[in-house]
Amino acid sequence: MAARSTFPAGLVLDAHKQQACGTPIVDLPLPRQVALALDQGSGYGAEPVVAVGAAVAMGTLVARTDYPFASALHSPLAGTVVAIETRAAAVEGGRSVCIVIESNGSDRIDDSIRPVADPDSLSPEQLTQRLRDAGIAGLGGAGFPTATKLASARDRGAQTLLLNGAECEPWICCDDALMRSAADDVVRGALILRRAAGAVRCVIAIEDDKPAAIAAMTGAIERQRDAALKVVVVPAVYPQGAERQLITTVTGVEVPADGLPADAGVICQNVATAAAVARWATRGEPILSRVVTVTGSGVAHPCNIRAPIGTALATLVAAAGGYRGTPLRLIAGGNMTGRALASDEAGLTKAMNCVLVATRDDIGSRLGAVELPCIRCGDCSNVCPAGLLPQQLYRAALADAHDALRQLGVRDCIDCGLCDYVCPSQIPLTDRFRDARRRLNAAEATAQKAADARERHELRTRRLQETATAEQQAFESVRNRARQPGDDAAGGKS
Amino acid sequence: MNPDAVFVAVLVAAALAVTLGVALGWAASLIEPDADSLVERIDALLPQTQCGQCRYPGCRPYAAAIASGAAEIDRCPPGGDATVRALAALLDRSPRPLDPAFGAPKPAQVAWIDEEKCIGCARCLPACPVDAIVGAPRQMHTVITAQCTGCELCLPPCPVDCIELRPVPAVSLRYRQPRAA
Repeated sequence: MAARSTFPAGLVLDAHKQQACGTPIVDLPLPRQVALALDQGSGYGAEPVVAVGAAVAMGTLVARTDYPFASALHSPLAGTVVAIETRAAAVEGGRSVCIVIESNGSDRIDDSIRPVADPDSLSPEQLTQRLRDAGIAGLGGAGFPTATKLASARDRGAQTLLLNGAECEPWICCDDALMRSAADDVVRGALILRRAAGAVRCVIAIEDDKPAAIAAMTGAIERQRDAALKVVVVPAVYPQGAERQLITTVTGVEVPADGLPADAGVICQNVATAAAVARWATRGEPILSRVVTVTGSGVAHPCNIRAPIGTALATLVAAAGGYRGTPLRLIAGGNMTGRALASDEAGLTKAMNCVLVATRDDIGSRLGAVELPCIRCGDCSNVCPAGLLPQQLYRAALADAHDALRQLGVRDCIDCGLCDYVCPSQIPLTDRFRDARRRLNAAEATAQKAADARERHELRTRRLQETATAEQQAFESVRNRARQPGDDAAGGKS
Repeated sequence: MNPDAVFVAVLVAAALAVTLGVALGWAASLIEPDADSLVERIDALLPQTQCGQCRYPGCRPYAAAIASGAAEIDRCPPGGDATVRALAALLDRSPRPLDPAFGAPKPAQVAWIDEEKCIGCARCLPACPVDAIVGAPRQMHTVITAQCTGCELCLPPCPVDCIELRPVPAVSLRYRQPRAA
């Protein structure tokens, strides 16, 4: 079945996917060392539960968390924890505390890792808790803990599980490769996720430029014989894979700016996350590895690699034949939303779907571009998939005008990068908005703290006044009682 | 044109003007200028550290003093230049540098009690303007970091100097992600 229309605006971009997609997924041999960043891309970190020198096996829990936006971490190697220190990492800020584990060459598996006997016998709540313990997080690029999303979808009564296989960003094709090679895993994981979310339907959305993946998934669904499971083919328009945009395309409903997808009756999960859930069900394996696209004109043999989390990007590039030509940028993610890294020592994270080694051929037109004044051409507004007015936002961001930024919806910007891409003046709009959002958040936090302090101070002042008044009254009543006998005596004399 | 008609018209206009003028003057005397709302708006711009560096006992009294013209807008070091600029914009005055007589701006800070040294004298508790210190006589005291405004008012009463101010780990606003492309 094909979706008739799509979300408003967006743009058809050059896909650049054929480079990496032609070959099967390469299984990386276990590296000698991994560096697991505590923040795996969601912006929030877990807490280490191992000390330096501790012996770990494959699947041993090394960092845990009670925080709903962070996910637990497990060792992908058997060996020793050699360091817990701040290192280069592919997260916001470029550095994170990492647990560094050195392999001892064995492939001993932790005793806690055993296949889930019968996932269908677990209640949705139990399933969610088990997925949280297994550190399952969104593998599509956000690294958001799956369990948190499932719980919120259940609370809001979402009926549809939307499996995101759109993979709209240029260069990236790890989900495509996964759907072609492990379609049955994806479907198996989807069924578990559907049960855990309390949903009744499952829709798998795939862009129309991936016919092989569509065929593989359709075949897997036919083998499953489940009427509430279907593939929807969506137009290949960037950013089709963005959660809210994909929901609009598939359901025709726009998710409100102040709501969650579950308010539109939908919970969205990535196909790779579903495959990870299937691995957890069949082997009891927490997230220890993921499939990542290593591509760009700067690598010799672009390909998709299944690699342990924490593998240094240098090792990944070496597995793809090493660097070629003069690479100018090492990007974690695609060319639109990716993060440029300062070093290839950073480790693979759960959220990283692509390592793009870009040369002048890939990004040359934008490199060293001089930022010119806005000419108000309006191209940015025409492509904005969130329906915002980037040029107005840009002016508000320059002026740091907080009310205007809020009104124009700076928080509804999905960082897709299309306004930058089309801007004839080469203004880095998305960067400006990200920056403005950070300043806005900081200003609001300060204002909130000041309001709290004012309230506490007012309460204290009132309490002190009341105490003083009460003491005064007590004093006066004692004094009055002390005076009264004197008055009586005076009365007696008269 | 009839001169009488002109005379009547002028008379009517003059009477109208006098009546309306008196009515407006009377109405203005009924409605008090809203001093409180100005104080509120000034107070909203102050940082609420309640530190008393302006030599008023808290942010609101200082706001009242600014509103009544008793104090200048340059007495708030915790707010720094940003607060002076915001106050100047609100009151339609020209911004001015902070008066150094009232102290110098510092980065955001919070109090921290060295629990090894604290003797539990409870003297810092009444000093805190926002009740952010928890403790009781002969019990260990500690600061609720999230509520502390870093006003330094707990420092003078402490007999063993076990309180120090530590910088707040601030989110860097200067950091810019390198551009991918």
